[in-house]
Amino acid sequence: MLLYLLRRVLYALPIMFGVALVCFALIHIAPGDPLVSILPPDASADLQAQLRELYGFNRSLPEQFVMWAWRALHGDLGTSIASNRAVAGEVFTAVGNTLRLALVATVIGFVLGCLFGFVAGYFRGSWIDRMASLVSVLGVSVPHYWLGMVMVIVFSSQLMWLPATGAGPSGSDQWAWDWEHLQYLLLPAITMSVIPMGIVARTVRALVADILDQEFIVGLRAKGLTHLGVFRHTVKNAAPTALAVMGLQLGYLLGGSILIETVFSWPGTGFLLNSAIFQRDLPLLQGTILVLALFFVVLNLLVDVLQTLLDPRIARA
Amino acid sequence: MSSLIASSTLNAPVPVQRSRGYWASVWQRFTHDPVAMGAAFVVLVLIAFALFGHSIAPADPYQSSMLKRLKPIGTPGFPLGADELGRDMLSRLIVGARLSLFIGITPVLCAFVLGTLIGLVAGYAGGIVNTLIMRVIDVFYAFPSVLLAIALSGTLGAGVVNSLISLTIVFIPQIARVAESVTTQVRNRDYVEAARASGANAFTIVRVHVLGNVLGPIFVYATSLIAVSMILASGLSFLGLGVKPPEPEWGLMLNTLRTAIYVQPWVAALPGAMIFITAISFNLLSDGLRSAMDNKG
Amino acid sequence: MMQSAQPSHVDIGGPRQPLLTITGLTKHFALKGGLRNRAGGSVRAVDGVDFEVLKGETLGVVGESGCGKSTTARLLMHLIEPTRGEVVFDGCTVGGRDLPLKEFRRQVQMVFQDSYASLNPRLTIEDSVAFGPQVHGLAHGPAVMRARDLLARVGLEPARFAERYPHELSGGQRQRVNIARALALQPRMVILDEAVSALDKSVEAQVINLLLDLKAEFGLTYLFISHDLNVVRHVSDRVMVMYLGQVAELGPSDALFDTPAHPYTQALLSSMPSMDPDHRTEKAALAGDPPNPINPPAGCRFHPRCAYAAPLCSQMEPARIANGSARSVSCLIHQPGSGHPLAQPKEVAT
Repeated sequence: MLLYLLRRVLYALPIMFGVALVCFALIHIAPGDPLVSILPPDASADLQAQLRELYGFNRSLPEQFVMWAWRALHGDLGTSIASNRAVAGEVFTAVGNTLRLALVATVIGFVLGCLFGFVAGYFRGSWIDRMASLVSVLGVSVPHYWLGMVMVIVFSSQLMWLPATGAGPSGSDQWAWDWEHLQYLLLPAITMSVIPMGIVARTVRALVADILDQEFIVGLRAKGLTHLGVFRHTVKNAAPTALAVMGLQLGYLLGGSILIETVFSWPGTGFLLNSAIFQRDLPLLQGTILVLALFFVVLNLLVDVLQTLLDPRIARA
Repeated sequence: MSSLIASSTLNAPVPVQRSRGYWASVWQRFTHDPVAMGAAFVVLVLIAFALFGHSIAPADPYQSSMLKRLKPIGTPGFPLGADELGRDMLSRLIVGARLSLFIGITPVLCAFVLGTLIGLVAGYAGGIVNTLIMRVIDVFYAFPSVLLAIALSGTLGAGVVNSLISLTIVFIPQIARVAESVTTQVRNRDYVEAARASGANAFTIVRVHVLGNVLGPIFVYATSLIAVSMILASGLSFLGLGVKPPEPEWGLMLNTLRTAIYVQPWVAALPGAMIFITAISFNLLSDGLRSAMDNKG
Repeated sequence: MMQSAQPSHVDIGGPRQPLLTITGLTKHFALKGGLRNRAGGSVRAVDGVDFEVLKGETLGVVGESGCGKSTTARLLMHLIEPTRGEVVFDGCTVGGRDLPLKEFRRQVQMVFQDSYASLNPRLTIEDSVAFGPQVHGLAHGPAVMRARDLLARVGLEPARFAERYPHELSGGQRQRVNIARALALQPRMVILDEAVSALDKSVEAQVINLLLDLKAEFGLTYLFISHDLNVVRHVSDRVMVMYLGQVAELGPSDALFDTPAHPYTQALLSSMPSMDPDHRTEKAALAGDPPNPINPPAGCRFHPRCAYAAPLCSQMEPARIANGSARSVSCLIHQPGSGHPLAQPKEVAT
């Protein structure tokens, strides 16, 4: 098993290399001179020449890639054109905010999804199943940015229960897990949780239906196993896959949070991406995408490793 | 010879009807599924909007009027209200179906063709060719789709063509993976070996034996991507990366109406409802198709 | 309208030349460096096999699972690339200038074991049968005509069966379709790889009778692979016994079954359930562990399970020795002068 894990980790390395390559290429597929993309529009000729040398635009592409990757490995992701601050710093602050949001959303989505999925799978074929499955289809089909808008309309504008935008009464600099701050988190988190809820519900339903259909359950029942016992068995068998799906959903939310963060003005990586796009701030765009993508790869790796450790069938292989 | 005649009557199956092909039985099951048929109906209506929108719409979707800005639902002459430039919402929603469906379905179509091609080659060739191709696919698959779409759109710039390109690139790896997996399974079946044993070349074998058995599952998977693509494509417009104003497109409309949610919330929410309805219908359609194809004859 | 088909290929070498000559056929499958096997060994599925198939005969091939029978068949047809070895068909090297692979494939066809998996579920059975001829240049119309003709010959009335799909037929019917498909290219030789093993006994008998009729009518040569010894005896002219990738014994069917020379053949035959209540099969003939093609035993491969094994057997590999006319054995007992206690001393030439 150790060998399998080692192979899995080694396999992730070329993927990360490929991801870095794609991120590097982004600047070069942007229309126009790549130098223009990273410079403020009013840069002097001297500055242009300096940066051309620094970034190596007068060198060959592979050389540029190596230089860029080397700097990235040392934590230097360039300088944002708009704010003139280091990209790395901005990204890591933003990641913290997004992580908070994504984690809460994933947990909510996972819990609700398991609930709906389990109920649907347990009572498969009945109207309860159909209802629960409908909820999960809705979850997967709803455009979450629209749902966010509707939530804002209902809870902020009409009912005035919760604030519409922002991450805290005094901006995002201080965060505390108290109601003052949580009330800003609630709407975006619930909105975001709808997607993982739909997917987890579908997966759990299929898993539960599968397990309950298997013959060993009938055998156990015949031996007098109570409903609670069946429940525990089902959970034990479904847990590894369900947890794996949750992990993947967390990764997906981290990467795909831009739309919701835009609606709620949540100062996370998505919001950062948004402003980077609008200000044509390519270093910021590139740096943020690199960090998020690598995060996703590492997360997938962790999920795989965890699943291997939890699922005895794979572990023994 | 007598043994031959005797054996044929011994083995004769009872029903002597014309055999039904695979797709005919799929169609039969599909048309008897009420949910799937309902979804199909909605989809057909939306396609009708897309094709004939300009004729159906009661008013000119581009006609703006500063006096009529942000009228509520039910205003005379504006059954679903007016947007932030005074244009009739109903007309814009109907005509908007064209662009929204277009930017949603086209990337999936292109990705279906290209992804199937890539997957077929990788799956049939096997060996080092397979490894090389699939590793490259894996790198793109390693990005969360929203992130990749935004990354590509963000660097290429706004515009319909650019967002089509980005989304196609996002979906190719997903379809290619499914295609490769199914092709590898089919390639190892005995009838493909028998076809090789009869001296056919790779191209003929793929055309006659592999393609027919592989397209079904890939197609079903592709249809399940349409809803995602629509939401993503409209999302790009919502961010200002896709369709440019003044074209009517549901995602873009959501964007421009965002500031109006405090003034005319229900009008502002309408375009998103259209996206929602479309996505549900395509998802239910795809689910129905999958169920219809699951039973083997 | 039934025409009797003439073999459409020219008999190059004449009736005395073997149709198929196999020399040194070897196939090693490489194993990836697995968890157990650090060195990354290989599965020696077929290891130096020599034999001939004579024109117009049925050569039976028997052996346990894993002895390499099916792999040998696939190597013959070049569905798998051999590691080493030569296949010569009617005097021409396969793949060489005189006999390109596509032409060879036309003359040798195969019927597989799994009748359902051998047919494309999306094609009607007449299309499946017509595929081969179309690959070799026949137009669609005539190809379908030939397909229907063959379906009639194998006992499936074209009017009722031609446009059916594989899932609408029974196992026996599908196997008939596979036979028709094999014959569609008018081959000279047909390899039957466990072709009747998956069928019910009564159906099996019908299909075997069909095969024998077709062989006579079309002048075919058969390679009949099976693990069912009774069937092989009934069907074959000569029989080849394989063990762990090598040929243990080869000889005329009746002679081999009546007086088996190789200890493995003896063990195989005595493990057949007896029909005679007075002579029941009591003892399990084969002892020891089943063979492992990754690390075959040194020397004679059968020695760990052989009742007559001597210390010499684990050191020396037996050569293939002729044992009477048309028979050969790979066993040290039958190798004069090998040093085995039961072997005859080498004759001294005077």
